[in-house]
Amino acid sequence: MAAAPPLVEAAGIAKRYGPTVALQDARIRVLPGETHALVGRNGAGKSTLVGILTGLIAADAGEVRFAGEPAPPLSDRAAWRERVACVYQHSTIIPDLSIAENLFIGCQPLRRGFIDWRRLRRDSATVLERWGVAVAPEMRAGDLTVEARQMVEIARSLSRGARFIILDEPTAQLDGEEIKRLFARMRELQAAGITFLFISHHLQEVYEICQTVTVMRDARHIVSAPVADLPKGLLIEAMTGEANSVGLIDAASRPRRPDAAAAVLRVEGLAGQDFAEVSLTVTAGEVVGLAGATSSGRTGVAETIAGLKPASAGTVALGGRALPPGDVRAAIAAGIGCVPKSRHAEGLVLGLSVGENATMTIGDRLGPLGFQRPKVKQAAGEQMIQSLGIVTQGTEQPVSGLSGGNQQKVVMARALASDPRLLVLIDPTAGVDVKSKQALLGHVDTSRQQGKAVIISSSEIEDLRICDRVEVMLHGRIVASHAAGWTEAALIAAMEGLSPE
Amino acid sequence: MSSPTVSRAIPGAPAPAQRPSRRIGRLRDVALLPALILLVIIGAFLSPSFLTYPNLVSILGASAALAILVLAESLIILVGKFDLSLESTCGFAPAIGAMLVLPVASQGFGTGWPTWLAMFTVLVIGGVIGLLNGFMVVKLRLNAFIVTLAMLIVLRGMLVGVTKGGTLFDMPDAFFVLATTTILGLPLSVWIAGAAFALAGAILKYHRIGRALYAIGGNAPAARAAGIAVERITWGVFILGGVLAGFAGLIITGYVGAINANQGNGMIFTVFAAAVIGGISLDGGRGTMLGALSGVLLLGVVQNLLTLAQVPSFWIQAIYGVIILGSLMAARLTSGDTRG
Repeated sequence: MAAAPPLVEAAGIAKRYGPTVALQDARIRVLPGETHALVGRNGAGKSTLVGILTGLIAADAGEVRFAGEPAPPLSDRAAWRERVACVYQHSTIIPDLSIAENLFIGCQPLRRGFIDWRRLRRDSATVLERWGVAVAPEMRAGDLTVEARQMVEIARSLSRGARFIILDEPTAQLDGEEIKRLFARMRELQAAGITFLFISHHLQEVYEICQTVTVMRDARHIVSAPVADLPKGLLIEAMTGEANSVGLIDAASRPRRPDAAAAVLRVEGLAGQDFAEVSLTVTAGEVVGLAGATSSGRTGVAETIAGLKPASAGTVALGGRALPPGDVRAAIAAGIGCVPKSRHAEGLVLGLSVGENATMTIGDRLGPLGFQRPKVKQAAGEQMIQSLGIVTQGTEQPVSGLSGGNQQKVVMARALASDPRLLVLIDPTAGVDVKSKQALLGHVDTSRQQGKAVIISSSEIEDLRICDRVEVMLHGRIVASHAAGWTEAALIAAMEGLSPE
Repeated sequence: MSSPTVSRAIPGAPAPAQRPSRRIGRLRDVALLPALILLVIIGAFLSPSFLTYPNLVSILGASAALAILVLAESLIILVGKFDLSLESTCGFAPAIGAMLVLPVASQGFGTGWPTWLAMFTVLVIGGVIGLLNGFMVVKLRLNAFIVTLAMLIVLRGMLVGVTKGGTLFDMPDAFFVLATTTILGLPLSVWIAGAAFALAGAILKYHRIGRALYAIGGNAPAARAAGIAVERITWGVFILGGVLAGFAGLIITGYVGAINANQGNGMIFTVFAAAVIGGISLDGGRGTMLGALSGVLLLGVVQNLLTLAQVPSFWIQAIYGVIILGSLMAARLTSGDTRG
């Protein structure tokens, strides 16, 4: 085994962006046929390293070798494509073209200089069959599920000769069953000699699918080891640089709430696009979880409560007053603060500053007649940065320059700015590193202590631990309710629709 | 706790970069200033009459209508939309206004409306056109480009139709007042355009609706989720744009002294050029009034110089176009921005 040269080896890699050091003496060795995990907090340098390994970013120093050979020049894209491919979190599929066209984009088979459509269809069917992707080649690529889309992208990379595939957080948008299927496929491909570099924030997955793990922190290589030699505690320590930092808040450790508390939110018979007959009550100082797979309808329920989506039936009442459906302004005015599902889609205006984003929900409260006094606005922004611990150059910095965790804190700030009575948080820690996750959940706890009611819609066990009660959704209905102190197995079983043993 | 080289990873660190980043923001606003100064110097060498007071006043006067149109278009572009029909509105609206006053003998409708009411109607017509554009773009979610292009053609055709391709004269003096009245040596239109830019600039910076324009143009779903009335504001901006275009039409009428069926024809290209040169991003969400104004002045000076330099009139269009292309490239280089 020692005889085989590493399939990919990068050593002494350095990269700077102006004053920011993105990588310093980073290195990684991926052996042929293994599935290698790359983990680290947001901003640790993973994306930059991936960019360098795929030849999209030029390193300032250091060397990349493929199977012992020096990497091709950056301009030779074809040579890079034969060696390495990356499946990004964000789709690189062109939605309005067919799957066949997507598979052969840029290298369509030609006949007398024109595209040979018949061969294109035949070849793509062969590729899909060879790599076991069960989709029709003439289907519109935009209609694929996230899962199938990823498989098509993997097949595309393989068909172009790459035997080393980087998967950038492939599980982030998948639910439990889909992740299981993805892992099964990865194991099959691994057996067929494909090598993977697997990036994920979910450490459990690293233990499940990977043989070796490389940890990065603060732009440096920290450790590379077989996963078997690196138990979870040590792995987290390597990622955060601190021992025992995994202490997330668990509602089971605080005294049970008295049942008599006043109801803040009362939802009755709510129905929408992908859910129906949802009723629930949240009292002041209570944290209620809405658990379920991505497709369970839990997101729709939360969005409807926050006014982001219209309801087709039922009522949402805050403090006894019914809210007009589908009206965000009314919801905010009534006292609802919301962290939407995706910070890029609905949470932030990336080009605007931290201060601007954090005060966006209170635009009319910063001065008379809708005018915003610069001092008041500045102070509000600074106060948000302080209280949420947002690491930024100041209120004027565009949020596009912040790390994912800090961006998410800005979204949280925006939700808290209006001093709401009810917080609706949808996937509040998605794509966020361990420390930011802790900080964000800490703010949930603070809000709870201040007497705010909180709803957390999530499928993350760590997000749900803080909840006094977790309502589990399946196929658009609430199917189970677990008080704090539930076991992980029981909750996951309920989310997956398995009856508890 | 972490390595000292990772500057952004140090929590609670002071904010050393705050000042420079703000200064850069302002620098971008005045990115055109060097080009403007250079043009003025070139102009001074090119023609002795360039740097004279009457000529400078004439540049400003000639730019006033364009300035108002650029203001209108900039607001619409800021929310991430387009309105090509502004150029037709600024011909159509004043023409209808004039015809409401004029007798049949002067090609009017013969309705004999009072002058003030007719002039007010010019603005209302602009507003109604904006309302229609807004309805189709915001409510029906049609593409702004094609909707307003169609509107441009419809209005142009209607203008030719109602005037039978002719020219309207003999309007009451009030129709020309914007160009003929001077206050402290400058035409009224220039004062109003200046004030409009100052007001728009202040609202964009200090009023929640102004800030909302940036939020909507930057990311409309995020603005909506923050409780901003995205549809209402976008629609409102279309209406305001139409009103301003009607007003710009009155300024043009004042300078020309008549309304012909071609009024405003081809202006939209210059309007977009001035806005984009001035740093208004066509993607929406970025740009300032100061930038847009400097774009207007730059084009105004260029136009004036071309005339003074006695460029053969048949060639003025081509050279003007080339200069606009050059300015676009120069603006990109000086702002050092890789986006939009």
